Amino acid sequence: MLKYLSRRLLFAIPTLIAISFVLFALLDLAPSDPTGSLPITIPPEVRQEIRESLGLDEPFLIRYVKWMNQFFINEPLNLIDKILDPNDTTPSSRLRVLSWQQRSPVVDLIVERIPQTLWVVGFSYLVGILIALPIGVISAYKQYSWFDQIGTFISMVGFSVPTFFTGILAITIFSVALSWLPSVYDTTHEVTDFSSLWFQIKQMAMPVLVLAFYNAAQLSRFMRASVLENLNLDYVRTARAKGLKDRAILIGHILRNSMIPVVTMIALGVPTIFGGAIVTEQIFRVNGLGALLIDGIQAADIPLVQTLTFVFAVLIVLFNLVADVLYGILDPRIRYS
Amino acid sequence: MKNFLGCVFLAVIGLVLAACSQSPAISETDAQTHGNGATDTETVEDLDTHLNILYWQEPSTLNPFLSGGTKDIEAASMILEPLANYDENAKMVPTLAVEIPSQENGGINDDYTSITWKLRPDVVWSDGTPFTADDVVFTWQYCTHEEFGCSVSNYFTDVESVTAVDPHTVRIVFTRTTPHPYGPFVGSLVPIIQKEQFKDCLGLRAQECTEQNFGPIGTGPFKVKEFRANDVVHYVANESYREEGKPFFRTATIKAGGDATSAARAVLETGEFDYAWNLQVEPEILDNMTKAGKGRILFGFGSLVERIIVNLTNADSSLGPDRRSQYLDGTNPHPFLSELAVRKALSLAIDRSVLVETGYGDGGRPTCNVVVLPEEYYSDANEECKTQDIEGAKKLLDDAGWVPGRDGIREKDGIRLSILYQTSTNSVRQGNQAFIKQMWDQIGVETELRNIDGSVFFGGDAASPDTYYKFFADVQMYTSNFDGEDPTQYLRGWRCSEMPNPDKSWVGSNIPRACSEEYDNLVEKLSMVADREERIEIVKTLNDMVVQNYWEIPLVHRARVSAATNSLMGVELNGWDSELWNVENWHR
Amino acid sequence: MALNVRNEQALHSARIHPSPWMIVWVAIRSHKGALVGAGVFAFIILAVTIGPILYTVDPQVPDVSIRNLSPSLAHPFGTDNLGRDMLAQVLSGGRIAIAVGFTAMVLSLVVGTAVGVLAGYFKWLDGPLMRLTDLFLALPLLPLLLVIIMLFRDTLRAAFGPEMGIFFLIVFVIGITSWMQTARIVRGETLAVKEREFVLAATSVGTSGMRIVFRHILPNILSPVMVSATLGIANAIITESTLSFLGLGFPPDFPTWGRLLFDGANFISITPVRVLWPGLAISLTVLSINYIGDALRDAVDPRVRNE
Repeated sequence: MLKYLSRRLLFAIPTLIAISFVLFALLDLAPSDPTGSLPITIPPEVRQEIRESLGLDEPFLIRYVKWMNQFFINEPLNLIDKILDPNDTTPSSRLRVLSWQQRSPVVDLIVERIPQTLWVVGFSYLVGILIALPIGVISAYKQYSWFDQIGTFISMVGFSVPTFFTGILAITIFSVALSWLPSVYDTTHEVTDFSSLWFQIKQMAMPVLVLAFYNAAQLSRFMRASVLENLNLDYVRTARAKGLKDRAILIGHILRNSMIPVVTMIALGVPTIFGGAIVTEQIFRVNGLGALLIDGIQAADIPLVQTLTFVFAVLIVLFNLVADVLYGILDPRIRYS
Repeated sequence: MKNFLGCVFLAVIGLVLAACSQSPAISETDAQTHGNGATDTETVEDLDTHLNILYWQEPSTLNPFLSGGTKDIEAASMILEPLANYDENAKMVPTLAVEIPSQENGGINDDYTSITWKLRPDVVWSDGTPFTADDVVFTWQYCTHEEFGCSVSNYFTDVESVTAVDPHTVRIVFTRTTPHPYGPFVGSLVPIIQKEQFKDCLGLRAQECTEQNFGPIGTGPFKVKEFRANDVVHYVANESYREEGKPFFRTATIKAGGDATSAARAVLETGEFDYAWNLQVEPEILDNMTKAGKGRILFGFGSLVERIIVNLTNADSSLGPDRRSQYLDGTNPHPFLSELAVRKALSLAIDRSVLVETGYGDGGRPTCNVVVLPEEYYSDANEECKTQDIEGAKKLLDDAGWVPGRDGIREKDGIRLSILYQTSTNSVRQGNQAFIKQMWDQIGVETELRNIDGSVFFGGDAASPDTYYKFFADVQMYTSNFDGEDPTQYLRGWRCSEMPNPDKSWVGSNIPRACSEEYDNLVEKLSMVADREERIEIVKTLNDMVVQNYWEIPLVHRARVSAATNSLMGVELNGWDSELWNVENWHR
Repeated sequence: MALNVRNEQALHSARIHPSPWMIVWVAIRSHKGALVGAGVFAFIILAVTIGPILYTVDPQVPDVSIRNLSPSLAHPFGTDNLGRDMLAQVLSGGRIAIAVGFTAMVLSLVVGTAVGVLAGYFKWLDGPLMRLTDLFLALPLLPLLLVIIMLFRDTLRAAFGPEMGIFFLIVFVIGITSWMQTARIVRGETLAVKEREFVLAATSVGTSGMRIVFRHILPNILSPVMVSATLGIANAIITESTLSFLGLGFPPDFPTWGRLLFDGANFISITPVRVLWPGLAISLTVLSINYIGDALRDAVDPRVRNE
């Protein structure tokens, strides 16, 4: 197992470098332009100067190597300097990855966005899993019961109706008609006491539920299908024949064996938490990583989008590895050598 | 495993119970905290002195010279000030200057090659140090540094030097006669920054000065307390602001994100915010929201004109990249749009009042001119286009030999009147597109619609086929305008030499690819003539040449549309400058 | 579903049993939910194919005098903010939505299942294929779309006309950006199934790899594939709406369900029914396919049938 892990981790490095190259090439090819949202009165010649000041006239490979250097060498070295001597405020001579929209270090921007992303997107994911798993299991165990039928109906509607609609619907009901919940998320709010915690819960309620509803719908379908699959397997019959109670079989055997697709789904999902939830974040103005990404894309901010998607790629590779390890634990017959 | 499942079930039950018990609690507390629009517990008590503004496009920096859009410039305009601003009637009002220089008061020399500004002596920066002429000179040096890429460097193209005559007098010398010398340092696009703060940020170093760019020291009514790029700006009042007792608000916030409709909702329906910026939304949605009685819609008319630009060169996709949409000395005309009768018929067939009613409401007026304001420049010669004339358009086409074919689409010599009509993605524009398609259908012109993401359409990526510069379509629609009250630069855009082509990386402002020697000569004259009456006449003539040749088909004179809560007073929505130009006067 | 069923047909051609269509029919008939689902689905297909012929109002023509109307006899589903008839739009929008939804789903399912099975079964393919999946998962959708559209739109438009060209483009784009989840899930399941006794037995008697994949692996991983298929259709319909909104999809006056839902959302407090119709249409389609899928899975799952 250890050998497998270290081999995979080693193999991840060339993979990630290849991914970073493809990402950079893609972003470079994309037709968006950093001067696209300047007022139309700014003449074309000035726009050209701005593009040059961003280094857009340099050849593609040079820009890619520059980014590599800034991200893989300068950023970690600056971080080490900072840790070794936290009082030193003189700016480092090593250039960090700077975004084009803000002209500020991309890594700082990302760090700034993490709290609200975890609060809203991460929490909603957790809620989604907690809702989906029991619903999926019960729906399968009592297939075609009323519980199953209602669960199926709700989750299918939940998946068919996208968050851009449920979000606006929730605001219309809870903010406009009832004025119970704020429709705009305050990212600078700090939880210090009970009343501020209460405010935090209120402002999280709508985005979290809207997202959780969507995630749960999908996950519960996979859970249900997987449990159903296992209900008919030989070992279940054997266990039944041995006289084990249904519940014991369900929890002791079936659930464990049904987790493989669910583990896959969750492993695919955790990185997306860091990718943010673009639509939901926009509707409720959560301004997390998803909003940062979409702003960056629209402003053709290549350093920002490149860094953000690369971090995202690292997480994907990492969590897919975690999933593979979990497969082995859930089903000892799966061997990696 | 058993335990795990048990935990899951317990957790779910707990959540459900919590949800049930929460709802009544929310309704109890909402009366105290939420109903009055507070978004932060700490601001609940000072609600009367806190101003909550919503910009749905996100301010990315507070340094307007590095700006990527209006949002940055306006967020910075609460902190930084120019020498003079434009008021809501496009008149200049002194801000950091004592008065507006003119030849009468000796501020402008006889041959219009220099302008001298007298600065207010009582102004201090928010850090307490005095504001002097050196700061103005430095701002010029900062923006014109060659490696910098200043977003408003065009304001300084004709500037030879900016010098400090004394600590409170600045002289700007131009390289040529400049009848309208008010470009540099007028309007919130070109404010003054502090020399002391930015002196180490010249040229390429500007990018690394994050601290300065995110927290500029200014002379304006507010200063930055906290800035989170693309998310939120917290301001506090500048205690050393030159006007006693102002600003009336002690703190302010600009929150960003989302879209225009939800921004309108947060002011008009939920009342969470005091002011929302740039609401290009269908008028009935805004009207419906105002029924909640919490706020009002504001309109500020400036020089914005929504128009259709006609491609006078051949944009056929079968042409190679070396010919498509290029003028090539007139050898590559459009197969049918190069005919004046066709262009005129397209304009006559449009019912502009329908476009206004469905897309703009009170925020728009039908127009037939490309220069609509200030009023003295308005030409009365083109009013007939305001009434739709389908029959007249048909007759025009008939007379020109374009006759309906079997499918009702007009054709001549095997060429069909079939148009590719592109614009940026925006629900109001797509609505207008649908109506115009139907109107053109009535005169036998076939239209294919296309919408393109704004970041691509308005971008200048020379590799993209979809920019408005490249214009790989027959007609396209967008809004254009000019800064300040002088349209000279804007009118210079239609000169022959301004056509985009591959040699210039497809940049240039003569988008219709029109070329007229007469126009070029007249526009050169405009740059030299100082007499006001004569300038007005030339502007009108140039406007008439653009619209009567149907290089562009003006549709709607658009206002800026914003929303304010009922209790917010002192807002004067300005179509010529930052919407926050007089934020020091805002109060409850 | 037709295309998908043909796949199943291919999968089972090696086996000796009654025609697959027969099995499908038997499965649906014996399954109450599936019967209702099939009925609703047939109705939707009928409505969007024949509907526009019977209800001849042009969905693209705006009329300023009848804007934002509630349902009435003249306009059974009401009108939108440009005065276009909603019923006509929902009917003609359904054609595209269903066509896009199905083709994109089938494409993504075929690619996803193939990659997943190959990676799961053949160890030497696992590494490269899964790293490819990682790459696709990491690609940001929007720039990818912008690039694809930029590179191929004009060529396809010239070859197939503006609407068909865009159709191929959209199906391709949605298909190649949504197969990764299916691939990961199928691979996980394959890893587990291939260690089961019957596969080991088949291997030990010298059955070829391909044969094992088709006869033993695929039938046993069908459940998650079916779920992916159902969710894939909904996903494709919604993604298409986002594409249209961004100006990357069909021409703006071309209604599709996803786009109708998107455009209607802002008018929710003026004409609430306007979002109801497309929302209902998408949900019903997905729901009915889900029930048919359930029955199909029961029908082809070897264990269930043996009982």
